[in-house]
Amino acid sequence: MPMTQAEAGLPALDAQGVSKRFGAVVALRDAALTVRRGEVVALMGANGAGKSTFVKILTGALRRDGGDVRIRGQDTHLASPAGARAAGLIPVYQEPSLIRDLDVADNLRLGRTPADPFLHWVRELGIPDLRLDDRAGDLPLATLRVLDLARALAAEPDVLMLDEMTAALPTDLVERVLRVVRGQADGGRAVIYISHRFAEIAQICDRATVLRDGATVGDLPIEPGVEDRVVELMLGAALTPAAARDGGPRAMTGEPRLHVRGLSSGARLADVSFDLHRGEVLGVVALEGQGQDELFEVLAGQRRASGGTIEIEGRPQRFRHPADAIAAGLSFVPGDRADALLMVRSVRENIALPILAPLRRWGAIPMRTEGARVASAIERLQIDTRAQGEVRRLSGGNQQKVTIGRWVAGEVRTLLLFDPTRGIDVRTKRQIYGLVRDLADQGASILYYTSELPEIPQACDRVVVIFNGRVVEILDVAEATEERLMRAAYGLTSPEGRRAVAGAGRA
Amino acid sequence: MSVETARPSVLGRAGRFLRDHPTVTLILLLLALVALLQVLRPGIVNERWIGNTVKFAIPLAMLAACQTLTMLTGGIDLSAGTVATISAFVVATQAPLVGTGPALLIALFPAIILGLLNGFGVGICRVHPLIMTLGTGLIGIGCLQVYQRSVIATGSVVPPILEWLGTGRTGGLPNALVLFLPFAALILWAQGRSGFGRLLYALGANEDAARLSGVRAWQVYLALYALSGLIAGLAGLVYVGLIKAPSLSLAEPLLLPSVAAAVIGGTSIFGGRGGYAGTIVGALILTVLGTLLTLLQMPEGARRILFGLIILFVTTAYLRLTDQG
Repeated sequence: MPMTQAEAGLPALDAQGVSKRFGAVVALRDAALTVRRGEVVALMGANGAGKSTFVKILTGALRRDGGDVRIRGQDTHLASPAGARAAGLIPVYQEPSLIRDLDVADNLRLGRTPADPFLHWVRELGIPDLRLDDRAGDLPLATLRVLDLARALAAEPDVLMLDEMTAALPTDLVERVLRVVRGQADGGRAVIYISHRFAEIAQICDRATVLRDGATVGDLPIEPGVEDRVVELMLGAALTPAAARDGGPRAMTGEPRLHVRGLSSGARLADVSFDLHRGEVLGVVALEGQGQDELFEVLAGQRRASGGTIEIEGRPQRFRHPADAIAAGLSFVPGDRADALLMVRSVRENIALPILAPLRRWGAIPMRTEGARVASAIERLQIDTRAQGEVRRLSGGNQQKVTIGRWVAGEVRTLLLFDPTRGIDVRTKRQIYGLVRDLADQGASILYYTSELPEIPQACDRVVVIFNGRVVEILDVAEATEERLMRAAYGLTSPEGRRAVAGAGRA
Repeated sequence: MSVETARPSVLGRAGRFLRDHPTVTLILLLLALVALLQVLRPGIVNERWIGNTVKFAIPLAMLAACQTLTMLTGGIDLSAGTVATISAFVVATQAPLVGTGPALLIALFPAIILGLLNGFGVGICRVHPLIMTLGTGLIGIGCLQVYQRSVIATGSVVPPILEWLGTGRTGGLPNALVLFLPFAALILWAQGRSGFGRLLYALGANEDAARLSGVRAWQVYLALYALSGLIAGLAGLVYVGLIKAPSLSLAEPLLLPSVAAAVIGGTSIFGGRGGYAGTIVGALILTVLGTLLTLLQMPEGARRILFGLIILFVTTAYLRLTDQG
């Protein structure tokens, strides 16, 4: 795009003091990001730092409440994604954007993408055999992501925004993509590179901008050792030693209840191994999209494993349906409550559901036994039952208690909790930690994924950290400081961990 | 102003009452219709009229049981009319050949087969119930036409036991109640107090959640649609005893009213909510409404238009008041 002389000196994108609130929740307070021509800038931040909100504002998907966004020095309103595109900012998101039911050529026409430059970039990015009449839905995920990038490049953007561009890509494509992205910047464009992967950031970025609690807290040039600074900034001053709960971790002896080796599934879960013992709460820490969703789904029988083994109490297992996992003693509480609840049915029916699922329970319900069971689950979890006629009328915290209570009402052996405290109040969170400890004390085993690091010392005995679909670190809770967990979650680990990362074939 | 907002509106309170006692409210509507009838034609409401109304409502209520049970899972059974017709036609043509008892058994056989076919399509092949049951309904009626040619010489006789059941009365009460009362009691018990019934609601409310809780949905669908076929077959037997003239379109006119009865009765077409008690009252309301419109001596077209409007009105009012939007 031609530019005037005045424009030439100005940053391609300059956002300052951007703020956004959703009701009472402040998502962004003071976010800032500056990208000049010829630069690749990494945008970093832990879960909940406000990164996605910031990205949505910059790409016109959300409107900001305050602050300035200037593109080539001009104040821009960015009222819609189309507006952001017109201003020269083109994003590539993690979710493929091609319409699955159309072929590639029709998708190009829909987005008014010129075919020749598109095909040039497709070849450049390492996909030599693309046919324009392939249906998008038939192409593998990695190819779709590369096509999205090629489409963005063909539009010759001033500012290219890439969100976890290398997630789900095989190593050879990653190398190509990184080279092309760097080439864009060297050719005078500006690139915003959102990633959790320090190795890639070190390879192609010039600077890193770090967000924490909705504000930009640092803007660092990329140089050796910058990783430590970035982790420090992401964690903030709150680097206090973890307040460990009473009684240290117990010694885990004997045969593990759940024995997982080399588990893989899909593009994200590559190779996960761990043991979960009787009476143990094993925390799982991972950045978004590192394979933890797939791990829990495989263990719950929701998704098939493509490799590896699961043994329960020494017996190998293969799950074709959640009913198989339940029969083997694995109970799953998914991250999204809406996936687990019968919203229009009563608390009682929701809690009693798994008991009635097997064919042999289709007959008369022993109403009194069921009532007592449900009442004890309600009592144990302190569920507020003022609105028990329909679960959708309960608060989020109480809904979450119902999804857990469903398994506590039976005899729980192994509980898989996926981010059970997401979006619920502090008091309920405490109750859930307490319940998790109680269950473990009574001999249950619990696998506990959380997106909030401070929860780990409150609820867990040990922690596994997963990065890029692999276990990179296993720690006792006493050694698991937030800093150490955060470093591991970003793939910056102890020597053993680093070997595991290197094993993944990343630079 | 603040006093007004603090107090729930009349509509709001009525809504809460409806939500808590949906069937009671439907019964009130039914009584209002009967009262209206009595005002328009004084003296019409007597024991004999009540008996007749119940007699005609029973086959409708039975077919509506198929719709209610399938609608609880978010499905529907559009083959129920065809299945009822097939059972009725087969029993009437087989009775002269093999005797009444065996004919009754033979007649229920295709009903269960079609039901299993529906269950296979919906539960295992994951075809939408609307399409699946529409398809099997058409297939069923086609088969019946073929079958009709093969038995054209034998003629048809409605077995006396079915006439007794469909038309007869004992002490002023229709005999059909002998079948219907235990039937309704069984359905009402099953929907709330059996594991199978609970799973119907669970699948309709959130099939993914039910799956995560270990429910193998195909088992439920297979059993459900087979049961629905059986019920439709039984309804056909009762209905042929009432109409006494088997034909290839015998129960077809009951199909859409059976869906309407379930909807008026408060069962959500999206699944997860409702129950058979409301459906029974819904079937009675539709039957009384039919009498009312006939009595007004309207032309057939106007009657149908009015019938449709009333169904739409009752259903939307009900959904509004009970906040099911």
